[in-house]
Amino acid sequence: MDLSTVELSRLQFALTALYHFLFVPLTLGLSFMLVIMESVYVLTRREIWRTVTRFWGTLFGINFVLGVATGLTMEFQFGTNWSYFSHFVGDIFGAPLAIEGLMAFFLEATFVGLMFFGWDKLSRVGHLMVTFLVALGTNLSALWILIANGWMQNPVGSEFNPATMRMEVNDFMAVLFNPIAQAKFVHTVSAGYVCAAVFVLGVSAIYLLQGKWVSVARRSMAVAAAFGLASSLSVVVLGDESGYALTDNQKMKLAALEAMWHTEPAPAGLTLFGIPNMQTQHTDLEIKVPFVLGLISTRSLDRPVVGILDLVDQAEGRIRSGILAYDAVEKLKVNETDMAARAQFEAHKRDLGYGYLLKKYVSDPRTATNEQIVAASLDVIPNVPVMFWTFRVMAGIGVAMIVLFAVAFLLVSLRKAEHTRWFLRLCVLAMPLPWIAIEAGWMLAEIGRQPWAVEGVLPTFMGASSLTKSQIWITIIGFTLMYGALAVIEVKLLIKTIKKGPYPAKMGHMHDEAEASPLEGGKGVTGPA
Amino acid sequence: MEIPLDFETLRVIWWALIGILLIGFAITDGHDMGVTALLPFVAKTDEERRAVINTVSATWEGNQVWFILGGGAIFAAWPFVYAVSFSGFYLAMFVVLMSMILRPVGFKYRSKRPEKAWRRNWDWALFIGGFVPTLVFGVAIGNVLSGAPFRLDSDLRITYEGGLLGLFTPFTVLCGLTSVAMVVLQGATWLGLKLERGEVHKRSMKFGFVAGIAVIVLFALGFVFLKFGNIGYQVVGDVAAGGVSNPRRAEVVPMAGGWLTNYATYPWMWIAPIVGFAGPVLALVGLKLKSEPLAFGGSSFGIFGIIGSVGASMFPIILPSTLDAKSSLLVWTASSSHLTLFIMLGVTLVFLPIVLAYTAWVYKVLFGRVGIENIRTNPDMY
Repeated sequence: MDLSTVELSRLQFALTALYHFLFVPLTLGLSFMLVIMESVYVLTRREIWRTVTRFWGTLFGINFVLGVATGLTMEFQFGTNWSYFSHFVGDIFGAPLAIEGLMAFFLEATFVGLMFFGWDKLSRVGHLMVTFLVALGTNLSALWILIANGWMQNPVGSEFNPATMRMEVNDFMAVLFNPIAQAKFVHTVSAGYVCAAVFVLGVSAIYLLQGKWVSVARRSMAVAAAFGLASSLSVVVLGDESGYALTDNQKMKLAALEAMWHTEPAPAGLTLFGIPNMQTQHTDLEIKVPFVLGLISTRSLDRPVVGILDLVDQAEGRIRSGILAYDAVEKLKVNETDMAARAQFEAHKRDLGYGYLLKKYVSDPRTATNEQIVAASLDVIPNVPVMFWTFRVMAGIGVAMIVLFAVAFLLVSLRKAEHTRWFLRLCVLAMPLPWIAIEAGWMLAEIGRQPWAVEGVLPTFMGASSLTKSQIWITIIGFTLMYGALAVIEVKLLIKTIKKGPYPAKMGHMHDEAEASPLEGGKGVTGPA
Repeated sequence: MEIPLDFETLRVIWWALIGILLIGFAITDGHDMGVTALLPFVAKTDEERRAVINTVSATWEGNQVWFILGGGAIFAAWPFVYAVSFSGFYLAMFVVLMSMILRPVGFKYRSKRPEKAWRRNWDWALFIGGFVPTLVFGVAIGNVLSGAPFRLDSDLRITYEGGLLGLFTPFTVLCGLTSVAMVVLQGATWLGLKLERGEVHKRSMKFGFVAGIAVIVLFALGFVFLKFGNIGYQVVGDVAAGGVSNPRRAEVVPMAGGWLTNYATYPWMWIAPIVGFAGPVLALVGLKLKSEPLAFGGSSFGIFGIIGSVGASMFPIILPSTLDAKSSLLVWTASSSHLTLFIMLGVTLVFLPIVLAYTAWVYKVLFGRVGIENIRTNPDMY
């Protein structure tokens, strides 16, 4: 097994997934904000709300297409670069991807065209329904993708079949209602909502600072403040930490992001700061808050949070058991009716994936030396410093978002937001933060899953296709150039659209401006809209 | 749980369903791709081009989901096929993805700036997004018929011994051209239905006529290759149709003319090639009589017959290996488990009719021709 082709395929997957996920969160959140804005339009019948909806709809459209375009790559990349993974888990993993297409993506993609082109062809309520179906489709899409991803983190409802050399589903409901998938779904879409709320808040703040399109900006900000406050609370309170006690790898993730090398007596403390060191297996300069971690992760005061090194010890035991599972599978390949091998397989099958960890060191795990087994057991530790810091970046921004939206909600409620310039500037500065948090969150989840492609079942290095390095380099460079160019074009178009504003500037304020707020008197012309 | 349908039946149903999804993709996304492949040739001025683009601007996005669903459904129902074909045709797939990425952005971004160069560049991007995937898909089908150089070891790990250039042989290029002709006919007849009559409409009809004749000739040449071209495979001995999904349990060997034996065994399968020829003939008649619905219907019918012929010729083989008799993928050995096929059938039976219903409704709302006048007056148009 050539590790560098694995590393290259990982690099490509990370690049394309991180890039895809620059656009998706905004789509997830903005689609529902459009529903809110358009609902107000339908209920009040005031033209200004239609203008608000259509303006954000234009920005939504520019962003949406790149999510769609880069999603194409994602749908096929498992087959192109991870063909053994695709074979090994396709019986389970393929289903949510297919259902996503059938149930969710068809919905959003079929109606998104009508959303843009159907303003004059549909009744008000009809068009609102269409916008709602687009939002529903995008969010259902996220649900199915996270059911697939959740299964990689916690592979329930399935078992290995030696006759087909793959995982096969035995309880589809367990795959659907996988608690990790459910937690991830709520956490991820909430993060998308926060992202969209910050985007709307920030762009509105730019307009208010410049005194332009105030009628649209004020209303948009009100929607963003309320929507953002609810979502930012949801993203932190319903974070996916609740699943961290479920499996060995999830426990490892929790221990790694806390850089907690040894099991601590319950209830464990939360580390605020520290410098984790992989070599010495120690965290320097630690500052801890007592009790908090135990409360969050175990929801109790008496259950301990297991440390990294204890999990490594457990992994070593599972690797030894996995060697027996591997041995049984090889015997069953030769003779399917070998009853002794069948019994041995049944006894050890849950550790087969741990046996595969040895394939990094030796082609036949049965011949592994003690040193190799110890080395493989240490492989179950993900990159602790990366975990530690990405978590702190993500969680720190998460908390900052709650504060930002609490302030925004307060100021909007007091009708002071548009004149509080420090606040408006803060809103503009905050614009990149949700994206940083979201990308950090993705890295935390997926780097934390290492060394596994599917936890306890298939190591990442085994999942890759047998490609050459030059093939993968061609695609990495190609995707990078294409994606880079598209990113530049998209950002320029977004800026151009924002500068152009919701309606031609020479028209001045919309006619409902004056009645809405006398405070902007003197700015612009009160011409007809 | 007791599964009410046996494994063999489910495998046949999924073979048909995958076929239907691919046909759905070729008919719906096919006309979008045909339209953009024709864009630089049938429309000259910016307004003409905008008219052409706006015949598909509101619906191409939904149509493209057939492609994504096709990928997902193959993954779910035939994981081996998903794994072998996309890793094997690695760079070809990369070319398809790169060109298909150009479509969404091309549609959306072209109208965002008025500069001539900007719009001309996106016109060519849209052309590439329509033409290149169509050609590559056809070449890929040609390679599926010719067999691909891969093996599966006892762990069922795939190794592939071939590069991008090896994909091009006279037969596979013929298949690529057939695909292009088919899609251009589909795009031209769509423009016939959807464009206001005028210069561009006339040009589209002319392209449609040429493409229709090309489809008939190329499709016939394809059969000549199948008969005399030393192409074809056959399954050795009996394979348990309800047996284990492990490709190494069946043997497939090359046999010249092997892709025509099904038509002798199951004469009803002749329906597929007959429809494959009758469709484009009907399309030509429609073009001649200026009956656009007949032309578009004939073209769609033809796609159904041509793709159906590929399936009928190959059944039960999905992807033969040129290297190893015991690596080829069959409907009986390359499927998902019994339970997965059953669950996915249930999901499809519930959701596919819903999808078809709302898609039909959207088309109904958007019914009507697009002309230069609409472009000038409707600010929503691309």
